[in-house]
Amino acid sequence: MKAAVVVFPGSNCDRDLAVAFEQAGFDVSMVWHKDSQLPEGVDIVGVPGGFSYGDYLRCGAIAAQSPICKAVVDHAERGGYALGVCNGFQILTETGVLPGALLRNAGLKYICKTVDLTVATSDSAFTQGYNAGDVIGVPIAHHDGNYYADEATVQALKDQDRIAFTYVDNPNGSVADIAGILSENRRVLGMMPHPERAADDGHGGTDGAAMFRALSGLLTEA
Amino acid sequence: MKARVHVMLKNGVLDPQGEAVRHALGALGFDKVEGVRQGKVIDLELAEGATEADVTNMCEKLLANTVIESYSVEIQ
Repeated sequence: MKAAVVVFPGSNCDRDLAVAFEQAGFDVSMVWHKDSQLPEGVDIVGVPGGFSYGDYLRCGAIAAQSPICKAVVDHAERGGYALGVCNGFQILTETGVLPGALLRNAGLKYICKTVDLTVATSDSAFTQGYNAGDVIGVPIAHHDGNYYADEATVQALKDQDRIAFTYVDNPNGSVADIAGILSENRRVLGMMPHPERAADDGHGGTDGAAMFRALSGLLTEA
Repeated sequence: MKARVHVMLKNGVLDPQGEAVRHALGALGFDKVEGVRQGKVIDLELAEGATEADVTNMCEKLLANTVIESYSVEIQ
């Protein structure tokens, strides 16, 4: 069971994400942004939070054009699993792997706090360790987490049960309170909150750990 | 050749920065401002032979995120 975590210049959650995968039993390798291939046999790719390339142009825009991102897109198109957290979510929308975009927070402020999320679906490798309707506490830390997609896209996300998490108390203006969404094949999850920062007793909360445990269980069976 | 690209949030996409600027202008006494939208201007210096179509392609691939932004190209 192998995970790869991508490291961009400006990533700052890469090691946290790697530790969360490791604690769930994954064999983790770190992959540099200039690499053009993922390690052989990778089951899941983690695209971490941070400020890749200084958030120049738009958050995630430059990272989305990096050599490793082409490999991540190929991996996702082949049906591989991927988890994009925060800047990783922004990058996955910029590549087009996930629909929509992340805008500046409606209140214009950078927000760093633990928020309550509702698990909107348990029907995915990422969320099967929860029950739909569960409320979990997961930290957010972003300036551009205001999820936007046009009406038709949001309706499609709802109809296809692809909204993974919603905010209980919307902190950033995201349309339909969306905190995280799944790809059409349900194997790619992008979310602004940081499950890897709620995966160890030392974090002050472990509500995110169930995601990594569930992924590990599923990918072991496969 | 030089090209200037204007990138703006699409109509209907909330521009909280523009809104904040509008509020600040109001606070300064400019009470006739009904709306502010903030965008980006990108100047490109291009080698001989570059075309407007090349710039459009750059906008589609990188300079604008067409999910949320519109763009216009001015060749100078």
